[in-house]
Amino acid sequence: MSDSPKPFDKTQDKPAQATPLNPRRRGIIIGASDGMGAALARKLTKEGYTLALIARRKDKLDSLCMEINSSLNEIRALAYVHDVANYNEVPALLRRVVADLGGLDLVVFMAGVNFPPGLNKYNFDGDRQMIEVNVIGAMAWLNPVAEMFQNAKAGQIVGIASVAGDRGRVGNPGYNTSKAALATYLEALRNRLTRHGVNVLTVKPGFVKTEMMKAAQGATPFAITPEKAVDDIYKAMRKRRQLIYTASIWRWIMLIIQHVPSVIFRRMSF
Amino acid sequence: MQKKFTQLENFGHSLSAPSYLIQANIPEEIHEVFQLAKKMGITVTARGAGRSYNDAALNGGGIMLDMSGMNSITRWDKASGLVTAQPGATLEQLWQKVEPDGWWPPVVSGTMMTTLGGCLSANIHGKNNFKMGPIGEHVVEFTAVLPTGAEITCSPKKNADLFHAMISGLGMLGIFTSVTMQMKRIYSGLLSVDAFPVRNLHEHLASLLDGAPNHDYIVGWLDTIAAGNSLGRGQIHATRYLHEGEDPNPRETMKVKNQVLPPYVFGVFPKSILHYFMAPFVNNFGWWGVNTAKYIASLRKHTFRQSHAAFHFLLDYVPDWELSAGRGGLIQYQSFIPKETAEAAWTEMLKLSHKNRLPAYLGVTKRHRPDKFLLTHAVDGFSFAMDFKVTDRRREKLSAMLQEFDRIVIESGGRLYFAKNSETTAETALRFYGKETLDKFRKLKKRCDPNNLLESDLYRRVFGR
Repeated sequence: MSDSPKPFDKTQDKPAQATPLNPRRRGIIIGASDGMGAALARKLTKEGYTLALIARRKDKLDSLCMEINSSLNEIRALAYVHDVANYNEVPALLRRVVADLGGLDLVVFMAGVNFPPGLNKYNFDGDRQMIEVNVIGAMAWLNPVAEMFQNAKAGQIVGIASVAGDRGRVGNPGYNTSKAALATYLEALRNRLTRHGVNVLTVKPGFVKTEMMKAAQGATPFAITPEKAVDDIYKAMRKRRQLIYTASIWRWIMLIIQHVPSVIFRRMSF
Repeated sequence: MQKKFTQLENFGHSLSAPSYLIQANIPEEIHEVFQLAKKMGITVTARGAGRSYNDAALNGGGIMLDMSGMNSITRWDKASGLVTAQPGATLEQLWQKVEPDGWWPPVVSGTMMTTLGGCLSANIHGKNNFKMGPIGEHVVEFTAVLPTGAEITCSPKKNADLFHAMISGLGMLGIFTSVTMQMKRIYSGLLSVDAFPVRNLHEHLASLLDGAPNHDYIVGWLDTIAAGNSLGRGQIHATRYLHEGEDPNPRETMKVKNQVLPPYVFGVFPKSILHYFMAPFVNNFGWWGVNTAKYIASLRKHTFRQSHAAFHFLLDYVPDWELSAGRGGLIQYQSFIPKETAEAAWTEMLKLSHKNRLPAYLGVTKRHRPDKFLLTHAVDGFSFAMDFKVTDRRREKLSAMLQEFDRIVIESGGRLYFAKNSETTAETALRFYGKETLDKFRKLKKRCDPNNLLESDLYRRVFGR
């Protein structure tokens, strides 16, 4: 029928069912409320995904969902309030999300916190939170997701590590550690899951103009917008790549930095 | 109970959804699964052979209760022709059990892989729908487990409302645990088939209408690609049972080994790989050639004898034939339209498919009559099933065309069938079922399944959330 599309029903809280002629790709973004997460949510819904958006901040999440659903004129984003550090909630929430979406093709672990302790200072509380969210939070979500995808023999996992994980540096030992651990964990998942038809993409952003960048001390070279970063991520997802840096120049920068001998590196203020 | 997260497909390989797959082996496990679903906060769908073309046996993110393990034929009385079986038993098991004793299932689908539970849930019909009605009319009694935990027995007299709603109920009211059916007496393993060509749609439907009263089965093949004056041309197979005495050696012809489909073509070519060789023809040009060749071959009017299995189970003739449609799979659009309006409606639909360059690759017609089941798909008229190949390039155009088809069907007073149609919306379903019927169904649903534990992707699509 050539009807003009009806305005979507705001009272209806579930996305439309997939059919053979209107198949749906479904995804979860954990840590979706702002920055790169929100930008990726906008991008992926525009590309046809139906998404479950998970974050701590309800107001931000609701307004993002409202924005996406009104602009696309149908329910394409669903909001779930959850603190990544509440690991016990994950199995039940994951089950509910998959049932609400009607399937699952993609999981993006975006959640991350950064508490720079300041040069020559130590802050155990901050370090612990970084590990709890950036590493243990990722394991709490991606372990059950990996098991699902392994059994279904399909799916894609995207994890946001960082250039900060490529070398332990003087500025923020806890953050370096959390991102290095996440990158290693993602690599291990990749080695487990590729043989089951599951793609695991590790993204290592440099500086991205978000709230988190404001915490960075000193210069922020090659900073890109979140929109540019998610364009890179989406391209890599489509090609089912294993590892990308964004902006891509960081691949070469980090190649050099990784090879700076320790005897020099430990004398640098970088 | 083992549960495993598994990606499951429909029969046409056109849609898949992941579910927690659990196999039920005894009725008690069905109770356990309902408890588990309640605890996990998700829904349950029963799945038999997974032979629906749509989303009737898919439940994305929910529990898929695999019933294929509960498949014994528990009682067979060859004097009365009454058979009792578990819902996972297939039509193949059933006919192979009863035929050697001189009986045949009164209603069968085009494939023998379907299970009794699935057949009852969709209330399937055969090529004899005009005479024998749907399968539900031959069910003497069934037992089922409801999500409330109740175990019930239904027959046309006992719990008659549930009997007529659970059969045709798409598995959304309860789960069958045992089915008793009346088989039909036969006097030969062979059928007498009259095959003759029809030159256009008018002649096609007139032949179905006139041929039905004098035959036991009638089915038409429609050349979906022929246009102009030949629009709707095809071939009719009008078939009757052999009377007592017509077959000199019924004991022999009714043996299973004389019914089964040969595994080789031309005696040497294994049929299990045939679908690979069909795939290159499954496109507009290739299929024009296939249809034209088939029509020319059908011009010879003749009568021949054929075994029951070979006549009925055409879809099983080439194993995995549905794979020949390629990666996107195939969908079927089957419409049931009253005899007065059918010709105009299908003329419009066929012309639309030609204009859009989206011809169906297989067209099958049948004669039908109404029945008393709640979610009935039958009308006093005909049905026309069209198979479409799905590709990424075709999706959008095909979707728009099928919406146009839906409009034509509704305006012609027709109906759609939920073992087949995958694109029907809730609004369309409301228009052909009518509000009264759906309210009645919802009331029964509330009674049998107050917590909405039974839900399939089909249910959410057609009956809303």
